[in-house]
Amino acid sequence: MSNTAAAARYVGQSVKRLEDPRLVTGHGRYVDDIVLPGMLHAAFGRSDLARATITRLDTSAAEALDGVHAVFTAANLNSHNDSLRASLHPPESPAPPANMLADGDVRFVGDPYVMVVAESRYIAEDALELVDVEFEPLEPVVNYETAADSEIHVHPELGSNLAHDLPVPNPAQQEAFEDAAHIITETWHQHRQTNVPMETRGIVASWQPHAGVMEVWASTQSPHEMQLVGARVLGIGEHKIVVHFGDVGGGFGQKMFLGREDMAVLVAAKLLASPLKWIEDRRENLLASNHARIEQMTVTMAVDEEGNFLAADLDQLEDDGAYPLGGPATPGAMATMLYPGPYRMGPVSWRARTVYTNTCGRGAYRGPWQMESVAREQMIDRVAREIGMDPLELRRRNVLKPDDLPYQVSTGLFFETTISPEQTLEQAAEMIGYDDFRAEQAKAREEGRYLGLGMALYIEPTSMGMGPLGTESAMLRVEVDGHVNVFMGTGSHGQSLETTIAQLVADELGVRPEDVTLHQGHGSGYGFGTGGSRSAVIAGSAARGAASGVREKVVAIAAHLMEASADDLEVADGVISVKGTPAASMTMAQVAATAYQNSDALPEGMEAGLEHTARYKAPPTTHSNACHICTCELDPDTGKVTLLRYVVSEDCGVLINPMVVDGQIAGGVVQGIGGVLYEHAVYDESGNPLASTFLDYLVPTAAEVPELECGHVVVPSDTPGGHKGTGEGGAIGAPPAVFNAVADALAPFGVYPNRQPLDPNAVLSLIASASD
Amino acid sequence: MADPISLSMTVNGRARRGVAEPRLTLADFLREQALCTGVHLGCEHGVCGSCTVLMDGEAVRSCLLFAVQADGADITTVEGLAPDEETLHPVQEAFRDCHGLQCGFCTPGFVVSVAAFLEANPDPSDDEIRHGIAGNLCRCTGYQGIVAATRQAAAVLKGEGQ
Repeated sequence: MSNTAAAARYVGQSVKRLEDPRLVTGHGRYVDDIVLPGMLHAAFGRSDLARATITRLDTSAAEALDGVHAVFTAANLNSHNDSLRASLHPPESPAPPANMLADGDVRFVGDPYVMVVAESRYIAEDALELVDVEFEPLEPVVNYETAADSEIHVHPELGSNLAHDLPVPNPAQQEAFEDAAHIITETWHQHRQTNVPMETRGIVASWQPHAGVMEVWASTQSPHEMQLVGARVLGIGEHKIVVHFGDVGGGFGQKMFLGREDMAVLVAAKLLASPLKWIEDRRENLLASNHARIEQMTVTMAVDEEGNFLAADLDQLEDDGAYPLGGPATPGAMATMLYPGPYRMGPVSWRARTVYTNTCGRGAYRGPWQMESVAREQMIDRVAREIGMDPLELRRRNVLKPDDLPYQVSTGLFFETTISPEQTLEQAAEMIGYDDFRAEQAKAREEGRYLGLGMALYIEPTSMGMGPLGTESAMLRVEVDGHVNVFMGTGSHGQSLETTIAQLVADELGVRPEDVTLHQGHGSGYGFGTGGSRSAVIAGSAARGAASGVREKVVAIAAHLMEASADDLEVADGVISVKGTPAASMTMAQVAATAYQNSDALPEGMEAGLEHTARYKAPPTTHSNACHICTCELDPDTGKVTLLRYVVSEDCGVLINPMVVDGQIAGGVVQGIGGVLYEHAVYDESGNPLASTFLDYLVPTAAEVPELECGHVVVPSDTPGGHKGTGEGGAIGAPPAVFNAVADALAPFGVYPNRQPLDPNAVLSLIASASD
Repeated sequence: MADPISLSMTVNGRARRGVAEPRLTLADFLREQALCTGVHLGCEHGVCGSCTVLMDGEAVRSCLLFAVQADGADITTVEGLAPDEETLHPVQEAFRDCHGLQCGFCTPGFVVSVAAFLEANPDPSDDEIRHGIAGNLCRCTGYQGIVAATRQAAAVLKGEGQ
């Protein structure tokens, strides 16, 4: 193309969000705001037992209640669906029995066994109380550490609780262990947490009989997963399902896939031929949407006299719960493969196992395999303590330096030259004032005060380019009046894509961001949606490609009409002008009107119209990296941990909108802080969930979090805009940084934690164990 | 089920009449009968604050009140704060300026809570801000932009500009 895009006018600026005027005034349109004529409401009856046989299920009294339209159980619902398989779950891979409603037995507390459809949610819940149900309680499998050996099977159909077992031995690792100066082992535990989007899950489905069309409004991260899997569930074609995408109140991975409830609502709406709404309540969301981070990794590392890492052996075990959301996954395989991270780690052996238990299913939660960073960064601090070396010094010694790149990792990963772990480590150390803090800490310890510092350095594989995740498309159309509509398969649920895509299009096409509207969902081309830190690179590159294609045509038309050379034209803010002669110009609207309404005036042979579709195929991975360092003070009398400062140095390549990038980091960091210090979706020994409200499941408030300081290292990636994904990173780096800070504060007691949450009870127990 | 009760209230300056079962929450009444869908329900047990509205000038959780308890009251929801369609309330403007929202679901409750908080405490310290807004949950922003927005709105409302 002879005419290159104008210099960046909007990319790199903290453009105020185009989404905000409607959202700050209460005029967003979330799924619960959708009201259709004759719409009915669904409510689910859920098991209060972790494992039980349903011995009696009589719905006649519920059906007889005034205002109730239907009561569904497995008997009259489950036979009406086609496949329930999620896109990322290969058809040949073993899975729990696919059902919408529990059939004959229940397998976790929250397992839905009945769905009432009524004229209001109030009546539907009244009717649930009239369902006559009896259970024969059975002993459940609750502890995932022993689940693999249990005689009791969560899914008897599978004959085992072991969902996956992937051993990857490496003889070079064993060899390296033989002469090592230090061999250090620890088992690191994360604990059960959940995503907690402030908007719970929800769906409205409306079947048009005779037309054979299902119309859907959904709170989803992936409108095309809803379209594809929704059509599959209903046994209809994708040309007969319309998925509307409105505002979505967060997801963090939870809304990537259809839940069993979504599927039940789709099927029931078709059977009843009435619009049907289900809005999950918070108790359902905490108990039965998805849980995550229930895992442990035993790490053994070999280190030489000077502190050089020689090799590592990893054993990862994760709890899949009963019905994992999106299908049984092998995040442990990713966690172990990614363990070497930004270091020369030497050869690594690993094993990753996943087991079923009678608990809420596992699902993706922001940085689904961040156990790799949790285990590694906590292990490095532990190694530093064991061999008597400063943890920053140990990292400096082993971190990948520019001269090491590109770098082939023993586990199969390949790092391109566009990563910058050493630079972010040094920037973060400088931002926190590392040496000054150590001096302050030493002085404080003399005064009987317990300060701690924790750091975490990581590389995140973002924008993965394989399988269904590999591509996104953008259909861009300049309308007759010169304004721009872009149709994409993304599912922005807080990531600000209406603004950042508009910024990219504005620069590439030569318009203003406010002249661009992003439309997601219906009418867009297939894409996996928003998640996995993929939208900036994959969707952004598609938008860029579409805009570039249209720009080429705009310039050709303007050159023809103005009798100028295309090479002499520039396009900015909707005006095409001759370089150096601004008076010689025409507007995007004039070009567009010509393209559509006066096509005889176009250059000979040119196709009428002003639109272009581009699909971008991503490279296998685009790596971003970051370093988190935080400091804390620990009160030995109450066990309370107060975070003092928190700095992040990150490299997400070229920033589209720095305000949005910092916002993504901050949100992830605070989820990580919550995970380590406060949040715990705990079960008792009988599989009863003990955190079923926000009084028990403690999401951090503004009073618990410190001010965040963000630094940026910008090494552009090789993708079209030079961007790298950054949505998940905060939640990857924060847990080990916070954990390490608390462990450091506890150092004078001679104790070392190996599990979370580090709530006041846990901290006091650790201190007490020291004085035993 | 008890019989429905007729009730009336002023919502964002307009008289609203309605019929509600005694058990209907104020939040559901506002969303479904007064068409104020900016009232968001994030937990329905009084913790998250997304449903916060002003009742006779005081911030309340509309999920914890029955509609009949608001009979005769003057209610302001997030939709009632901006003076006109072209202008945002200083708190709303500050949330936009400071990236105090991402998904926007908790935002109506935060905006109303911050407006009420600054009415009661026009010159808050950072610590007072953090504790003043600790009754509302946000899962996206890590509160960084919300604290900054509250600071900015306090300055603007005091007439100090930005």
